[in-house]
Amino acid sequence: MSETHFLIHDKDDSVGVAVVETITAGMDVVGYKMDTDEKVTLKALSDIPLGHKIALRDLAEGDTLIKYNVDMGRVVAPIKAGEHVHVHNVKTKRW
Amino acid sequence: MSNKTFMGYRRDNGRVGIRNHVVILPLDDISNAACESVANNIKGTMAIPHAYGRLQFGADLELHFRTIIGTGANPNVAAVVVIGIEEGWTKRVVDGIAATGKPVAGFSIARNGDINTVAAASRKAKEFVHYATGLQREECPINELWVATKCGESDTTSGLSANPTVGNFIDKMYEMGATLCFGETSEITGAEHIVAGRAKTPEAAEKFMKTWSAYNDFILREKTDDLSDSQPTKGNIAGGLTTIEEKALGNVQKIGKKAQYIDVLEPAEAPAKGPGLYFMDTSSAAAECNTLQAAAGYVLHLFPTGQGNVIGNPIMPVIKITGNPRSVRTMGEHIDLDVSAILRHEMTLDQAGDALIDEAIRAANGRHTCAEVLGHVEFSLTKLYRSA
Repeated sequence: MSETHFLIHDKDDSVGVAVVETITAGMDVVGYKMDTDEKVTLKALSDIPLGHKIALRDLAEGDTLIKYNVDMGRVVAPIKAGEHVHVHNVKTKRW
Repeated sequence: MSNKTFMGYRRDNGRVGIRNHVVILPLDDISNAACESVANNIKGTMAIPHAYGRLQFGADLELHFRTIIGTGANPNVAAVVVIGIEEGWTKRVVDGIAATGKPVAGFSIARNGDINTVAAASRKAKEFVHYATGLQREECPINELWVATKCGESDTTSGLSANPTVGNFIDKMYEMGATLCFGETSEITGAEHIVAGRAKTPEAAEKFMKTWSAYNDFILREKTDDLSDSQPTKGNIAGGLTTIEEKALGNVQKIGKKAQYIDVLEPAEAPAKGPGLYFMDTSSAAAECNTLQAAAGYVLHLFPTGQGNVIGNPIMPVIKITGNPRSVRTMGEHIDLDVSAILRHEMTLDQAGDALIDEAIRAANGRHTCAEVLGHVEFSLTKLYRSA
């Protein structure tokens, strides 16, 4: 079986989660949706550490980040598909 | 699936236990020494020392009694010797446990001293061990298992693998009619709307929001900044968790995708509305939460972990599950079920949930969990406020 680089909790999520320690910018990476087992491929535009998120589609400032098919926070800087998603471009809506 | 069975001890009140402990139970902190002496004299008994039981009052005292009585009443316990400093409160614990129909006897130290008390209690404990070891396991349907869950030392592998493995188990056991429990009021924050939406009735949803809001109001009253440095923690952020919403959703993966809770329980309150899932208002500290769930009558515990928590409980076997391959490698002696294959896309959540059901049945049949073999017997009483 070829290597799985990231997993996606639910089919409409805007991000996947890196499950390997070796995602570096420029790599072609493979992931699967955990509910449907659908395969997703894209090119990583950033280094993504293990357990961190990779954008599955372009996101604009003000968009809502979806993970677990649920609102996880607000996008505060534009994100391209394949980029690292974390505290530098997403904030909680709670406080 | 639904015709699965396990071998358990059926108690007089109809409940089924998966262990057969004879417990030497102190009412209060100053009776710990006598209880430990009895447990040392009489092989096959277990003392459960703890830190409280004196000068408590009001709701805090009621919680103490509910937890101590519930511990003795748990179906994993065959018989109980209770020792307290004085007769009144000791008798209250004895009477509470006696309602289950199991053998229980109380001894008070005042006007007897430790040595005479230990002698009398040891004779009774010996009788109880003969009684308990004469009991036989019998075949019971899997839906007679009462299973509780709580996670700890979580990381991003928890939300991806160990927690949804428990969620898959909960969904399947819920369908089969088991009695289930989750808690951790404080760590629901960020997903409280999701949990409110998983109530089976509007009454249960309202009760949950009232319980959670009471906690959240306390946080909002005490906070000095916007909490961004506290929740998620620096460690959580280093591990990839970005927002409190994301952290909380990882936690609530434990209740699966379908199961709905039918009631909200006070700490250590026994569920009374029949089979199904219950939310209990608990601390998010592992030993406190587990102690409350065992006192409510849950006989088996599922504890998913990421970085590797080592928790156990004196009377309730704790099964630990992780998807973190480093935790499996570096502290494998604590891990009952390794689901790291999920992260390699070599195992589905459905397969992991089935593996956990098999593991639960093995533990229910009597196979000791890692925490039992390693001697983890953490028992922590929840204290609501200062004593008088």
